Amino acid sequence: MGAPAQALLVATALFALGLLAVLVRRNLVFTLLGIEVMLNASGLAFVAAGARWGDAAGQGMLLFVLAVAAAEVAVGLALVLQVARRFGSLDPDRLTDLAERAPGGSDA
Amino acid sequence: MIGFWIAAAVALVATALAVTRRHPVHALLYLVVSLLAVAVLFLLLGAAFAAALEVVIYAGAIMVLFLFVVMLLDVGPPADDSTSGRTAPAAWLGPGLLAAILAGELAWIVRSSSSAHGAAAVDPAAVGRLLFGSWALGVELAGMLLLAALVGAFHLGRREDAQ
Repeated sequence: MGAPAQALLVATALFALGLLAVLVRRNLVFTLLGIEVMLNASGLAFVAAGARWGDAAGQGMLLFVLAVAAAEVAVGLALVLQVARRFGSLDPDRLTDLAERAPGGSDA
Repeated sequence: MIGFWIAAAVALVATALAVTRRHPVHALLYLVVSLLAVAVLFLLLGAAFAAALEVVIYAGAIMVLFLFVVMLLDVGPPADDSTSGRTAPAAWLGPGLLAAILAGELAWIVRSSSSAHGAAAVDPAAVGRLLFGSWALGVELAGMLLLAALVGAFHLGRREDAQ
């Protein structure tokens, strides 16, 4: 097994760690951080594939992954700032203003 | 080949520690180390341009953006350096140690000019020819996306009372 195939294994593990952060952490900053880790892992997979076949497309795609990550993090962090201002908390479970109330009047 | 696994281990350990920290700033320190380790992996895979991009844009620009927002949010427990005037070693020893391992490995890579087995090096000129040749439209679209993100972040980040 050459280095590119092993790099794919590393990318898989990194992606799993990012997904874990998104699923487990109850803090919006850590959710965005997990998304960054996942995007970075996908970039590693692209570069590993490019290195396997000696193709420049792998590194070209990394540039697009970086552009998407930068755009995502800019808008995402602005949203996090708004959430912190309006709700005074970063816990996504407390953002329930759009939730439907139970018919009995108690909180859903 | 051993260099590849050292960098991969540093990347995985730093990422695992980053996603489990309580304090966002400590997590960001570990995440920067993780991104630097991935940059070393890129270097070993023969992708020098990708390694430079990873350090400059990811570990540099995007992590600084995160850090500024964490400062603006003012969340997490306060740092415990008010008495001694120094940051507690527990906060920086881990990332510092991992970064030192990476620095040593980088020096070794540069000295021995080694690369990983089975990886074909792609020089930056080939990437540039691709990006500004047949992929030029994609690069323009990425620029448009970044402009849209800039405008969107400006709009969303504005205070309600500052209209």
